[in-house]
Amino acid sequence: MSIEIKNIHKNFGSFEALSNVNINIEHGKLVALLGPSGSGKTTLLRIIAGLETPDSGEVIFHDNNNQSSKLSNGDVGFVFQHYALFRHMNIFENVAFGLKVRPKKIRPSNKEIEEKVNSLLKLVQLENFQKRYPSELSGGQRQRVALARALAIEPKFLLLDEPFGALDAKVRKELRTWLRRLHDEIHITSVFVTHDQEEALEVSDSIVILRSGKVEQIGSPDEVYNKPKTPFVFHFLGDVNLFHGRIQEGKAIVGNMDVDSQELTGISDTTAVAYVRPYDVEIVRTKDQGIPAEIQYIHSTGRNVRVELKRLDTGTLIESVLEQEVFREMNLLPGESVFLRIKKAKVYVDDFSI
Amino acid sequence: MNIKTFSFTKWLLIFIVYFFTAIILILPIVTVFQEALANGVDGYLNALKDEDTISAFLLTIKVSAIAVPANTLFGFLAAFTVTRFNFPGKNTILTIIDSPFAVSPVISGLIFLLIFGKQGWMSDTLEQFDIQIVFNTPGLVIATMFITLPFVARELIPLMQSQGKEEEEASLLLGANFFQTLKRVILPNVKWGLLYGIILCNARAMGEFGAVSVLSGHIRGKTNTLPLQIEMLYNEYNSVGAFTAASLLVFLSFLTLFLKLLMEKNIQKK
Repeated sequence: MSIEIKNIHKNFGSFEALSNVNINIEHGKLVALLGPSGSGKTTLLRIIAGLETPDSGEVIFHDNNNQSSKLSNGDVGFVFQHYALFRHMNIFENVAFGLKVRPKKIRPSNKEIEEKVNSLLKLVQLENFQKRYPSELSGGQRQRVALARALAIEPKFLLLDEPFGALDAKVRKELRTWLRRLHDEIHITSVFVTHDQEEALEVSDSIVILRSGKVEQIGSPDEVYNKPKTPFVFHFLGDVNLFHGRIQEGKAIVGNMDVDSQELTGISDTTAVAYVRPYDVEIVRTKDQGIPAEIQYIHSTGRNVRVELKRLDTGTLIESVLEQEVFREMNLLPGESVFLRIKKAKVYVDDFSI
Repeated sequence: MNIKTFSFTKWLLIFIVYFFTAIILILPIVTVFQEALANGVDGYLNALKDEDTISAFLLTIKVSAIAVPANTLFGFLAAFTVTRFNFPGKNTILTIIDSPFAVSPVISGLIFLLIFGKQGWMSDTLEQFDIQIVFNTPGLVIATMFITLPFVARELIPLMQSQGKEEEEASLLLGANFFQTLKRVILPNVKWGLLYGIILCNARAMGEFGAVSVLSGHIRGKTNTLPLQIEMLYNEYNSVGAFTAASLLVFLSFLTLFLKLLMEKNIQKK
């Protein structure tokens, strides 16, 4: 089932939660709605689920023959941020709920329900927890029960609201690789909401980046990360250094250095900002075309080393990330004067600040 | 604070709890039975046979049997509506629900007398349909309902607020209809609060004196509830009769507590 989101507007009082949102979600894809808090991502998810009604616009569902189809109860698998497990039911009853409430005609027999629930609990690796109550499980286990419960009704698509938001870092990582594998196995159209860019980049087929109720960019993880359309997307998807400079004759000039950028051809002389990821800031000792800077702090973060520097010409702070090996070879020390080179940059003409 | 003074404090606190429970709760109940049995068991049984006392007992049960379920239903609906929907005037409703706690029962009785009484502004309509509310059972029921209205709603509103509506949304999305959601998710989640609200509501309904006193007219054997009957007998210096009737109210309270205990056990077994 594919989902077409058309011209959605939603206001809460005078607050504009969503404005003119258009998204196509293809069949069988795992899509991330990514944005900072207050960007409208959860509201959009709840509108897709039918839990909220948009002020205008519509959500159209297409079945596999490309016919638009009406949504009925039990078509949506929804996983809530705080799980929303039924607190007075044990795990078995929780997962069986969606099957047990079906009208008699289409309700599976008790034996079939039991088999189905058992196989789902096996899928989420909780076979031996049938008789436990939600309050007796850890966060990660509850999350998996919530997922099993949503899958039990064989939904046409799956919606997950910050599925790993309330878990600790390690469990979070485990569960998201697990979700990706699960999705590769059952290929159900899935949409999940997250504010964690790493999570979105790692798990999804496609990412929708939202900002203040508007879509900033839609694309594959590779596209949005390497070809961010707006400074906001660039900023949001990872740490970034800003270099203010000028564009002259199709080249950006930062300090005393040229930065190549394809987008700049045909743009007349103007001020511009170069966005540079920390690992694209190279530290060198030779003066040739570099920006002078002084090393302030050095932090080792396991595989990499993060170096904080202060530009000597403008005084702005710059962050650079090196591999341990490179760092050791260079033997950098705090307080040392070095030169910076920009390996790769994205230059935006319009000034932009967060 | 060292361990020794802590131990002293502990025993002092325990003593205070026992002391006040004995003086304020147990002693009066013992006195009720002592006074009721002042003329021996025969005297007690004779007083029990008093027709007016029996009819007062039945009327009390009748009034509670109508007012408590009605207020339970209203309280649940009000709590659900207030915690699940946003609508204009929500805060006003919340304040108004509490007003019976703030208004003296006698005054609320008088208000109903002004509305439904002979001089009241609804008297013409009521006369036309030959309905008598004041000095009649309906008046007692209305007064009791007014007084006990907040109990169930007040128990449920904070509970339902803290539980949130996610489980209900989950239930609906899993394909359950509203009644299945009500039966399988909403009611089981609030059963304790609901039960407690009903018990408080019932206790207050059976014991209500002020508002009921104004609307009853004190017609012996007809519109006297137990509390009114007790007062009347006491004013006639019939101490044994008054305390015998009082003992019936005590028994009703015990019954309520017993039912609560029974339900708690049943629910725990499940």
